[in-house]
Amino acid sequence: MKRFAELLLVIFSWLALLVFAASFLSIFVVLLLRVRGLDAVSLFFGDTPPVDALLHGLPVFDGIYPALLGTVSVVMVAVLCAVLPGIFTGIYLAEFAGPWAHRIVNLLVDVLAGLPSIVVGLAGFSFMVLLHNLFPGAPGPCMAWSALALGFLVLPYLVRTTETALQAIPAELRRTAPTLGATKVQNIFFVLLPFRAKDLLGGVILATGRAAEDTAVIMLTGVVASAPGMHSLFKQFEALPFYIYYMSSQYRDLAELQYGFGASVTLLLLCGLFFAAAFLLQSYVSFRFRGSSWLQK
Amino acid sequence: MTRLIRAAAMVTGICTIAVFFMMLILGWPLFSHGHLLALLVGGWNPGSGQFGILPMIAGSTAIAGGALLVGTPLSLGVAFVTAVFARGRIRRVLLSCVRLMSGVPTVVYGFVALIYLVPFIRSQFHSGSGFSILTSSLVLGLLISPTMIVLFVSALDGVDPRARRAAAALGATPAQRLLYLQLSEALPGLLSGVVMGLGRAMGDTFISLMLAGNSINMPGGVLESARTLTAHIALVMAVDFHSLEFQSIYLCGFVLYLFTFMLVLILRAVNHRFQRGRVQ
Repeated sequence: MKRFAELLLVIFSWLALLVFAASFLSIFVVLLLRVRGLDAVSLFFGDTPPVDALLHGLPVFDGIYPALLGTVSVVMVAVLCAVLPGIFTGIYLAEFAGPWAHRIVNLLVDVLAGLPSIVVGLAGFSFMVLLHNLFPGAPGPCMAWSALALGFLVLPYLVRTTETALQAIPAELRRTAPTLGATKVQNIFFVLLPFRAKDLLGGVILATGRAAEDTAVIMLTGVVASAPGMHSLFKQFEALPFYIYYMSSQYRDLAELQYGFGASVTLLLLCGLFFAAAFLLQSYVSFRFRGSSWLQK
Repeated sequence: MTRLIRAAAMVTGICTIAVFFMMLILGWPLFSHGHLLALLVGGWNPGSGQFGILPMIAGSTAIAGGALLVGTPLSLGVAFVTAVFARGRIRRVLLSCVRLMSGVPTVVYGFVALIYLVPFIRSQFHSGSGFSILTSSLVLGLLISPTMIVLFVSALDGVDPRARRAAAALGATPAQRLLYLQLSEALPGLLSGVVMGLGRAMGDTFISLMLAGNSINMPGGVLESARTLTAHIALVMAVDFHSLEFQSIYLCGFVLYLFTFMLVLILRAVNHRFQRGRVQ
C-alpha cells in the first residue's frame, strides 16, 4: 500500500510537470505561429517610414512603435522615481531601524508588496483627482502620474533586494571599515553597497520588468489607446500591455488581431529580457560569493 | 544622509497607510449612505440604490479558489520533480525556466486564452459563452504556478540537509524521503506558498476582466460568468465620478486592502510557527 502511494507520488509529479510544460509550450507555440509572416517593419511603424518616425518624430498610426516607446519611457521614469526611496528604505530596514520601527515598516512593505495593482492604480487616480481639485492647474491623466504610481507599485522589490543584499554581507567585511574609522553611513555607501552592487542592479532590473508588464496601474492613471505623436511626461501615452488588452476586445479584422499577437510577443520578449537579466545578475553574484569563500577563512 | 534614509522609510510607510485612508475616505459617502451590512451582503441594484458588492466578493473568491484548485496540485508536482526527483543540470534548468515563466506578462496569458481557450470551453460544454469562472480559473491557476513553484522548491530545499542525508543513508528512496520527511517538515513553507498564490490570484485584474464575462450576479456554477472586485474597479472607472455607483469601487479597494492585510498577517503567523518549530 505504501509502495503504491510512493509510486503514485512519482507518477503524479512527472504528470504535473508534463501538464505545466505543455501549457507554457502551447502558449509560446501559438504566439510564434500567429506572428509568422508578420512584417516587423509594418508591425512597429505601420505606414510611416521608420526613419521618419525614429528621427523626425513623425506620428505612427498603425504600428506598435508608440506603444513600445511609451512602455519603455514610463517604466524608465517609474524606476528612476522609485530607486532612491526603495534602496534607502531597504538600507533603513537592514541597518538603522530599531525593533519596533523595523516591525512596522516591515509590515507596511509586506502589505504594499501584496496590494493588487489595481488598488495602487486607484490610489494614484484618487490622488490625481484630489490634487486637481485643490490646484486646478495640476496635470490630469498623464505619463508622470502613471510613472509615479508604477514606481510606488515596484517599491517593495527594491526594498527587499537591498535589505537582503545588505543582510547577507559577512560580519568580517561589515566590521572592516568602521575599525579603520569610517562612519556608519560611509561604511554603507563606500563598502557594503558597492560589494553587493550587482544584487542591487538585479533588483532594479526585476522592478523594471514588473513595471513593464503591469496594465492596471497605467490604465487608471494615463494610458490611452492612441497617442501617435511624440511622447511627453505631461501627456497621455500608449503602452504595450494596454495595447494588447485593447486589441483583444476591439480588433476589427484578422490583421489587427495579428498585431495584437505581435505586440504580445514584443512585450513577452521585453519582460523576458528583464527577468533573465535580473536572475543572471543575482545567480552570478551568489556564484561569485561561493567562489570567494576563501575571503572568510 | 541618515536623515534622508529615515525620511525614505517614512515616506514608504506613510504612502502605504495613505492608500488605506484614501479608500476609506473616498468611499465614505457610500458607507454613510446605507448600512455597512447592506453594502457587503445586499444585492447589486443601482436603480434602487443598492450597491452591495457581495456578488463581486463571491466572484473573486470563486475564481481565486478555482485558481488555487488548479494551481496548487500542478505547482506541487513540478516542485516535487524540481526539488527531489530531478538532479544536477535538469534541476537547474527546470528552476531557471520556472523563474523565467514568472515573468510572462498577465495580458499575454489573457490574450492567448481569449483567442483559444474561450472558444474551446464554449464548444466543449455547449452552454454559456465560454467566458466563465472555469476559463479564468484555469488560466489564473497557470499564472500563479511559477511563483508558487519557486516558493515550494525553496521550502522543500530548506529542510535540514542532515535529516535528508540521514534518510538517504537509511535507504529511503527519493519518493520516501519526500513523503515521510520533507513534506511534513516543509509544510509551513508550502502553506505560505499557497497563501501567496491566493494573494496573487485575488489581486489579479486582467485575467478575470478578459475571461470571466463580468456579469454581476451570484455565481451559480463554474460555467457561469462572474465579476471580480478588481474587474469591477476597472470597469466602473469609465462611469461618471460623483455617482454612488462610482464610489462602490472604493469599497472594493477597501475590501481588497483588508484582504491583503489579513493575508500578510496569516503569512507572518505561519512563518512564526515555522521558526519556533525549528528551534525546538
